[in-house]
Amino acid sequence: MMPRDPLLDLTLHVFFVSFLAIGGANAIIPELHRMAVESNGWMSDGTFADLFAIATMTPGPNVLLVTLIGWYVAGIPGAVLSTLVMCVPTGAAAYYMSRLSRKFQKARPRIAIQRGLAALTVGIVLASAFILMRSTAHDWVAYAITAAAAAVTIATKANPIVMIAAGAVVGALGFV
Amino acid sequence: MSSGDVEAGLEDEQASPTVSDLFLTFLRVAISGFGGALPFARRELVERRKWLDPREFNDLLSICQLMPGPNIVNMSFCLGARFHGVLGAAAAFSGIIVVPCIIAILLAALYLRYGQVPEVSGTLRGVAAAAIGLFVGMGMKMAYVERRSPHILVFALLAFLGAGPLGFPLPMVILVLAPFSIAAAWRWSK
Repeated sequence: MMPRDPLLDLTLHVFFVSFLAIGGANAIIPELHRMAVESNGWMSDGTFADLFAIATMTPGPNVLLVTLIGWYVAGIPGAVLSTLVMCVPTGAAAYYMSRLSRKFQKARPRIAIQRGLAALTVGIVLASAFILMRSTAHDWVAYAITAAAAAVTIATKANPIVMIAAGAVVGALGFV
Repeated sequence: MSSGDVEAGLEDEQASPTVSDLFLTFLRVAISGFGGALPFARRELVERRKWLDPREFNDLLSICQLMPGPNIVNMSFCLGARFHGVLGAAAAFSGIIVVPCIIAILLAALYLRYGQVPEVSGTLRGVAAAAIGLFVGMGMKMAYVERRSPHILVFALLAFLGAGPLGFPLPMVILVLAPFSIAAAWRWSK
């Protein structure tokens, strides 16, 4: 059997997945994990989690995880193609919608769609956390960091970078 | 499309960016936007540059959140195209994406070389653990905001179970739940 070209698989899959990113790129983490680790075996759980961490440490939009998966699977062409395919079709769609929807600001169907999808986004963000936790083989220190970061997010308006930096320091010292 | 006259009316008091303004401003947003670029986007676009008034920003943001795709990337397309068509969209999108992509790939290349060093892998595990906590906190906050809307919480729980512990493919979760979730919102959301 001919080996399938991962670049083509990757591009098609990301194109499809991009339309599921309702509420932002974090919402497709479960599907990216399925694509990269479970269905195609492009990387291990550990590598997926590490790429997620690198994407988190990099300033910029959180779509960078897609860029890094593309890079890991198919080098620079993979990074460029997966990023473009992730962003351009949905970006164009958003623009056309922004022109249309000036008319529908208060329309009831629009509100129902927005609220209905927002409900799913809440659940999917939490599912992303669940899947990432499972793929990082959390020990008790990692759970403690996760719990602390969650608590600070809920209770304060602290800049997320503070929590990320604290996690990095605890990890670098060899506790996780 | 009547959007043209709306914009023409606003141009008197609001700044109109050039193509390179679009690129540079979104670049600034990108590299200052750590763990979520939206607050920085608001400060740049509304407060510093005055390309949008606060209400326009909220309206545009709600569309960018409603539509699939990364929110800040969607916003770069919308604003770029609004001011300078395809060229503007390309400039704003390049501004938001190119430099972060280069940094991320450089870091990932370092990771392939030094990922086995205990300090490096430990750092990444620590960062991932904290970032997961941010997700948990964000999800709980979003749920808390909806505490008086039981239908939202029910569908959030179903989506969590389906996409998380049960491990169903995301397209299936969304396609199965969305019609009912939207119907419930139609019935119970004001």
